[in-house]
Amino acid sequence: MSEDWQSYVQRIEDLAGRSGLKFHPVDFEAVPDTFMMEIAVYGLPVRMPHWSFGVRYIYQLIQRHMGNSRLFEVVFPGNPGHAYLAASNGLAENILVTAHVLGHADFSRNNLLFRRCQEQVSERIVEHAANHARQIQQAIETYGMQRVEVVLDAALALEQHIDVDQSLRRERYPEYAAQAKPLVDDAFRKRFASLDPTAASTGMETKKRAPVPPHSERDLLWFIANYAPEMESWERDIFLAVREESFYFYPVFATQIMNEGWASYWHARLLREASFIPQQAYVDAIKCHSDVVRPVAADQQVALNINPYHLGFAMWEKIVEKEGMDAARDIMQQDDDFGFIRNHLTRELAEELGLFRFSARSDGQVKVLETDLTALHEAVLSPKYNFGAPMVAATHIRNDGTLELTHDNSVDGRGLDLERSRRVLDYVQRVWRRPIVLTTVNQAGSTLELTAP
Amino acid sequence: MAQSTDQNVGSKSEKAGTDPAKWYELFSRGARDWLRHDEKVRESVRKHLPQIVSGGDVINDTARTVRVPVRMLEHYHFRLRRPEEQQGAGQGKAKPGDVFSDPSKQRGPGEKGPGGQDEGEVQLLLEFKIDDIVDWLWDEMQLPNLKPRAGPSDESEWIREGYDRRGARSRLDRRRSFKEMVKRRGNPGATPTFIDDDLRFRQLARRRQPAVHAVVFFMLDVSGSMSDRDRKLAKTFFFWVVQGLRREYRSLETVFVGHTTEAWEFTENEFFQVSGTGGTVASTGFGKVREIIDERYNPGRCNIYLFYASDGDNSVSDAADARESLSSIAGDACFTGYVEVSSGLSRQLSTETGRLYAELAGAGCAAGSYALNDFDDVWGAVRHFFQAESRALDGPAP
Repeated sequence: MSEDWQSYVQRIEDLAGRSGLKFHPVDFEAVPDTFMMEIAVYGLPVRMPHWSFGVRYIYQLIQRHMGNSRLFEVVFPGNPGHAYLAASNGLAENILVTAHVLGHADFSRNNLLFRRCQEQVSERIVEHAANHARQIQQAIETYGMQRVEVVLDAALALEQHIDVDQSLRRERYPEYAAQAKPLVDDAFRKRFASLDPTAASTGMETKKRAPVPPHSERDLLWFIANYAPEMESWERDIFLAVREESFYFYPVFATQIMNEGWASYWHARLLREASFIPQQAYVDAIKCHSDVVRPVAADQQVALNINPYHLGFAMWEKIVEKEGMDAARDIMQQDDDFGFIRNHLTRELAEELGLFRFSARSDGQVKVLETDLTALHEAVLSPKYNFGAPMVAATHIRNDGTLELTHDNSVDGRGLDLERSRRVLDYVQRVWRRPIVLTTVNQAGSTLELTAP
Repeated sequence: MAQSTDQNVGSKSEKAGTDPAKWYELFSRGARDWLRHDEKVRESVRKHLPQIVSGGDVINDTARTVRVPVRMLEHYHFRLRRPEEQQGAGQGKAKPGDVFSDPSKQRGPGEKGPGGQDEGEVQLLLEFKIDDIVDWLWDEMQLPNLKPRAGPSDESEWIREGYDRRGARSRLDRRRSFKEMVKRRGNPGATPTFIDDDLRFRQLARRRQPAVHAVVFFMLDVSGSMSDRDRKLAKTFFFWVVQGLRREYRSLETVFVGHTTEAWEFTENEFFQVSGTGGTVASTGFGKVREIIDERYNPGRCNIYLFYASDGDNSVSDAADARESLSSIAGDACFTGYVEVSSGLSRQLSTETGRLYAELAGAGCAAGSYALNDFDDVWGAVRHFFQAESRALDGPAP
């Protein structure tokens, strides 16, 4: 039977190639369910140890025992890509999953955001993450669990606070402020300067040290790793390792609707077109498809969240139907979820899918709000703003080394959760080793400063 | 279908036979980090142990363990404050203006946070051995390990001591005998041969033990003015006193005495259940304790402790009698303690009985008192008494 599946892999890959998918080769590996679960918890097959993953692991175990979640596959982009399939998958599920994985592989090879991040992180994230894990294991052996955990507590707490618009390997800020250039560089000014030597020399002396940071800096992992006054080099390495993994996770996060939709579109289509799949396996696979790609749980009328598989799938179907495959491929290459939803989730489609906005009171009462397409787009996207994290930026280092962080509540619309923020400051303070001040607003909207210690 | 998947794994691992990467079948990172989490939970429970275990509910009469419910730790991130009204996008059969209750909240008590990021709350129930807890607490609070007052020897036992060339056959030490033989002959060779001089027998000696016997009198005012909560406070305190003293004495007896205007001896269970009505005459209780000591315990051979819990409202006419009977007990006891349980009012020992004990301590007896207003005070009280007691032992008392 497994030979069967192997032979199907080849035939599905051929079919996908003929249908216009362009992907790097993918290594398929069947792994036990327990390991699948760990991959889901850690986000990578091998990743650094930290107790917070243990917490997620327990929740995942509970979920699994309640039968709420089942994982069929996890795929890692790269060249070659790695796909892990659950060993408990049946043949039909494996056929479906293989087609699905090829959709992901096509997406991650061609989508610009993925490509840019892969160029920076490398196409071998799985190996990189394993290296980080080993490096951190060595640090644990050298410096002890306690000290490494202090650093990881801080780094992982800030894992969403990166700036993907900057390069992964960005330079430190320039030491000196840029010189104001003469407004007009004409012959008269040159002549004037040459006649007046004092003017020329004072120009040299105005060279000023640039403030750090020169502008508010939202890549907190990078900033702390580079500018913390008393961090040791192995601690900086850990911060940068966490940051590199975040650069890998960002495109996965920011294109989830597109990516899952694209893969679901292609597994459905490849399955339809694959004449070589036995009837029974096809029926089983389509049943599995409709379990995954469904808007609302079977026993419920409404869902208060959006299934990205379903939304993406429906949107791609519509786009391909209306604008053709070439246009769809262009969109797939150029957009992320923000552009995708804002540009391509139309009023008709939203109505067809029964999407709505709601507001929920803390007592659990939910009210459906009136239809407003732009607001609906933002309601779908709002959990994705800024990698899902509040806008906190480093704004200043005082002379005594105190770090000033500022939360931009005008973007987020409200202030930070104070208790949690205080805890995060405690984590960070232990690697910054000088005081930290965080400015945000309280419930009433007036400015509030949290300090650590 | 299931069979096929098994073969599936088999064939893959054969293919990857040279690849040592099957580690995940032997090792679970999730479990490793989970254990680390639990370790951290235990550490933090340990740090807050006094507050946790002083809550009255953890004490179980017979069990040797205490169960502490704990929440999972959270790794904190910056989050936005939870809004009063949370907005989101959903999907399904719903029209603008519809109002319904969140179906996900009906399923269980699990609370959904902003953006569904908080998972349902899971509680762990950690079980700790009481002995471990007492060990930790003693370390934590740096309580002295009390030295029992060495009484005249009253027990003795046989202990092993030394070797001899003569002895009963059953006490032959073969290892030592063999060594002796090797010493004599050098190389033991093929057939070891022993002579009588090689044989070594274990010897016994009689060792006199100092008295490590103690009796604790718990005396409780059960008059009408003592509420249920007062009794529970007293019970919690008594429980930890017993735990502390058990560390020091191999055999610890407990005697429970309750009094109103009369005094009775109770069993442990009855002791905490009983409630009486009427006034408070402490001297009857002290008299009962005196009587029991005279009847059953020889103060010379046995370490006597008395802990008395009351709200302190002793009848004024009783003052002289109480003073007399208490000081007669204090003369024989290692330590006498008084806890004033007065939930609500904090009179801080300025009561009749409070003054009595203050006098006693002033006269140089090993005595102490403490005002117990809340469960949080229990640890303060335990610490206070055990330190006072160790001072008393170091001081003029023998």
